Order: sequence, then C-alpha cells, then structure tokens
Amino acid sequence: MEFYLTALMIGICLSTMSLGIFITMKIFKIPDITTDGSYTLGAVVTALLLPWQLNPFLAIPITLIAGGVAGALTGIVHTKLKIDALLAGILVMTALYSINLSLLGRSNIPLINIKTIFSYFHPFNKEVYDGLMMATLIVTIIISLLAYLLKTDFGIAMRATGNSDSMTRALGINNDKMKIIGLAIANSLTAFSGYLVAQYQNFTDINMGIGIVITGLGSVLISSAIINWLGVANIWIQLLCVVIGCVIFQMVLAVTLSLGIDPNMLKLVTAIFVLLIVSLPKFLGRAAA
Amino acid sequence: MIALSNINKVFNKDKDNEVVAIKSLSLTINEGEYLTIVGSNGSGKSTLLNIISGAEMPTNGTITIEGTDVTKMPEYKRSKWIARVFQNPLSGTAPDLSIIDNFRLAALRTQSRGLTIGVNASFKKKVKDRIATLGMGLENKTEQPIGTLSGGQRQALTLLMGVMDETKILLLDEPTAALDPRSADIIMKTADVLIKEHNLTAILITHNLKYAHQYGNRLIQMSEGVITKSLDSQQKLALPLTDLFAWFI
Ligand SMILES: Nc1ncnc2c1ncn2[C@@H]1O[C@H](COP(=O)(O)OP(=O)(O)O)[C@@H](O)[C@H]1O
Ligand SMILES: [Mg+2]
Repeated sequence: MEFYLTALMIGICLSTMSLGIFITMKIFKIPDITTDGSYTLGAVVTALLLPWQLNPFLAIPITLIAGGVAGALTGIVHTKLKIDALLAGILVMTALYSINLSLLGRSNIPLINIKTIFSYFHPFNKEVYDGLMMATLIVTIIISLLAYLLKTDFGIAMRATGNSDSMTRALGINNDKMKIIGLAIANSLTAFSGYLVAQYQNFTDINMGIGIVITGLGSVLISSAIINWLGVANIWIQLLCVVIGCVIFQMVLAVTLSLGIDPNMLKLVTAIFVLLIVSLPKFLGRAAA
Repeated sequence: MIALSNINKVFNKDKDNEVVAIKSLSLTINEGEYLTIVGSNGSGKSTLLNIISGAEMPTNGTITIEGTDVTKMPEYKRSKWIARVFQNPLSGTAPDLSIIDNFRLAALRTQSRGLTIGVNASFKKKVKDRIATLGMGLENKTEQPIGTLSGGQRQALTLLMGVMDETKILLLDEPTAALDPRSADIIMKTADVLIKEHNLTAILITHNLKYAHQYGNRLIQMSEGVITKSLDSQQKLALPLTDLFAWFI
C-alpha cells in the first residue's frame, strides 16, 4: 500500500514536468529535451536556498525563473541561431550539467532538518497523506493558472503558433518570441518538479534528472491516449489528464519494481515501457488491418 | 498605396538550381485598387505576393506600404496593414483551434494579445453575426475545431477573419484553386463585397480567367518574372473575355 502511495506522490510531483512536456510537444510541436537539465536545476536551486532558512514558498518564484531562463536559452538557440530544437535542447542540457554541478559544489546535498513545503500543514497527522495533500494542492493551483493562461488571448496565440505558423505570422504573431516564451514556461514547470521531488526525497543529486524526459514523454503519451479516447476538448481537463497520465506511468513502474526487478534496471524498464506505449498502437493497427 | 520599385528575387543564388523569379519589377497599386494577376505556373505571381506580405524578402529593390519603407520589415509586423488568404485552405487557419479562437486571433491582428480572456459573450455574438452573413450555417459551429470544416468553408472564414481587425490590404493567392465551383463562386462574391465594404486595396491571383475578367478594376499578366500586359480599369472594362483567353495561346 505504502508503495503505491509513494508512486502516487512521485507521479503528482513529476506532473508539472509532464505538463511542461505537454506544452512543448503537444502545443508547440517542439521536441525539447532541456528537461533533464532544468529538472535538476530546480532541485539544485532548492538545495541551495532552503538551508538558508528561506521560506520554501519564496523559493518557488526563484525556481521557476531559473527553469525559465534555461528554457528561454534553448528557445533562443533554436529560433535565433536556427538550430534544430532537439540539438538546441541537448546543448543547453549538457551545459546545465556543469552549471548544476558547480552550483551544487558536490554531487549530492541532503535536505534534512530543514523546513520544506511539506513541513507546514498536517491535517491528517500522517506524513504520506499530508505530503499528498500539499502536492495535490500546489499542482491544482498550477493547472488552474496554466488553463487560464491557455484561454487568454495570449494563450490562444501560443496554441496557434504550434498549429499553423503560416497563419500566425500572417496574423501578426512573432513565432520566434512565442516559442521562446513557451519553452521558458515549459522548463520552469520542469524545474518546479525538481523543486518538489528534492523536498519530498530530502536530497538533491546531480544525476537525478538523467532520463527524466522519458518519464515526461511517456506520461504525455498516456495522457494523449486518454484525451483522444474520451475526446476531451476542455483544456483544463486535458491538463488534468496529463497529471493522471503521469500518475499511471509511476504506478506501472511501481508494479514492475514490486515484481522484484533490480532497481538498477529502472531506467531500462522506463525506456521499454515508453517504447511499448509508442509502438503498441502501431502493432494493434497492423493486427487490425 | 503599395509601391514596388525595381524588385528582383533570385532563389538559390549562385547554385546550380538558381531561379530568377522576379526581374526588375516595378509596380504601384493605389488605395482602393483591386488588381487581378494572371499568368502561367511559375511566372512569379506568388513570389510577388509573398514579397509584398513579407513572407519572402526581395534580393534587391524596395517596397513601401502607405509611405513606409517595409523592405526589411518581417511578415508578422507588416500584418498590421495586410490580411491574406492562401491557396491552401489549411494555411490561413489553425486547424485544432475552434472557429471562435481563430476569429479571436484575427480580431487582434494589429493589437497586442494580453493575459485576459477575450472570448466573451459579446465577442461570440459579434462573430456569430458576421459568420451568419455567409449563409453557410456555420454560426452554430463556432466551438468546433476549424479543421473539421471543408476547404470552402475554411476559405470563407479566412476571408471574414481578414476584416475582423483594421485592414488596408487584402492579398488573395488563388483562393479558389482548391475548391469546387460553387464554393469558389461564394468566395469570390464574398471577397468582392468585403473589398468594397471596407474600401480595401486588393490583389487577386487567379487561373480562372472568368474571375479575372469579372472581378477587379485593374489587370496584369506576368510571365517569367516580368509584367507582360497591364490594363487599367477603362481598358479592363473594354476587354472581351475572348481576348483574355487569347493571352494564353
Ligand atoms: N522557395 C523557393 N525556392 C526556390 N524556388 C522557388 C521558391 N518559390 C518559388 N520558386 C520558383 O520561382 C518561380 C516562380 O514561382 P511562383 O512565384 O510560385 O510562381 P506562380 O505563383 O506564378 O506559379 C518558379 O520557378 C518557382 O519554382
Ligand atoms: Mg502560385
């Protein structure tokens, strides 16, 4: 039981990263893999700020800005230097590894005996439930803000940019600027996942971001399947589906590990799982044909 | 007024596949003029329109719009004067967005797009009323993704979207090429009404010589990047359709 609650908790913590991937992949149609770096960056910033007795809620804007800058950099490299988005992301992600390492000063910082966002409210008097409530609350706020943003005039322009760039240009929208802002938003959401996970697991590790983009990708693919299957048009519900997709992903991993698979194989299992999600519809399609 | 002076456009310059699409072309289009361009495939018509809209930059030459030199101005900035309807009905709209969201963006073509929700009841009503004038029954489908509509329906909406915001110039690049004859007629009539109603300066590229004859108050023919024939409104009115057909023999 405890096991699945942990998976649920991690799923919720990682859901803002999945929302970031949803924005780049589904809204802007840009394959962005800055994620591995900006996720760790969020955790690094958290590990640097919290030991200073800084109110963990005040660390939120700083984390978001850090991730936003990383995403904007990828956006600038991609749009202004006309470099393939995938390559731009790899470049920034690689550079971030060194930046994260030098910011952190060592490969690992424990976050024990300090106030985290999970230290404030204890309505259930049980750590797991209190943590879940806090994470759910924060993620709900973020989804609401994001859903609102996507419904504003600016948000409509964002959604159109990834959908028809000839149309947006003809309608006075600066596509480059939109992509830079979109990547910034996506990576600030990713950094926020790093912020949540660092506080939940009580440490920041320089390698915690390796392969995290695959988790986000898998979660978004699951959510797209749900969205298509149910024909969800409402953007708020679509975002909620991304969170659900992320939780399902973590649950499946938890089940796999509970079958006794070596935790060192976790990344391999993750990769195979995503491969299955991607290829299954094609196999099914072929079988039906 | 649009003034093109000594425009050249070379694609793939100094490569084996170099193409001179526009050759030392000068052209002035006055306010309120409706210019029709005919010419065989590859004669440079679309390139000319793209150079006016800013989708392509000329290799040399200058362009002014309403007295402003826009030669180096990117397309998204020139859009404050220009509305476009593309040959491909898919290019002028965002397919996954609802009709109403597409119209919202069109209504903000010359304005900033802020962090407020602009698709409210009064905006929806305004769009529905406008769409109803098309008589296509689309006014009850405004929440539907625009990609679910037919090419003709999308072109008609793109036309309307063009005049949702302050517009001076309307560029129509073979707007009916992908449509069935009935839809094509509706598009051409709608365009004509909107051009008159909003006193637009308009350029129409068409392969349909009947339309070229029927619409517009000025006519040019292009061939291999130059203007080969040019008729003012008097001459155009006097031109028999059969003579126009003879241009292409
Ligand atoms: N982006 C491009 N790259 C290379 N050649 C082009 C490009 N666009 C147009 N051309 C060439 O320029 C010439 C004029 O094309 P275009 O303006 O599309 O003609 P039209 O619209 O009159 O059919 C053609 O030879 C075409 O192949
Ligand atoms: Mg053409």
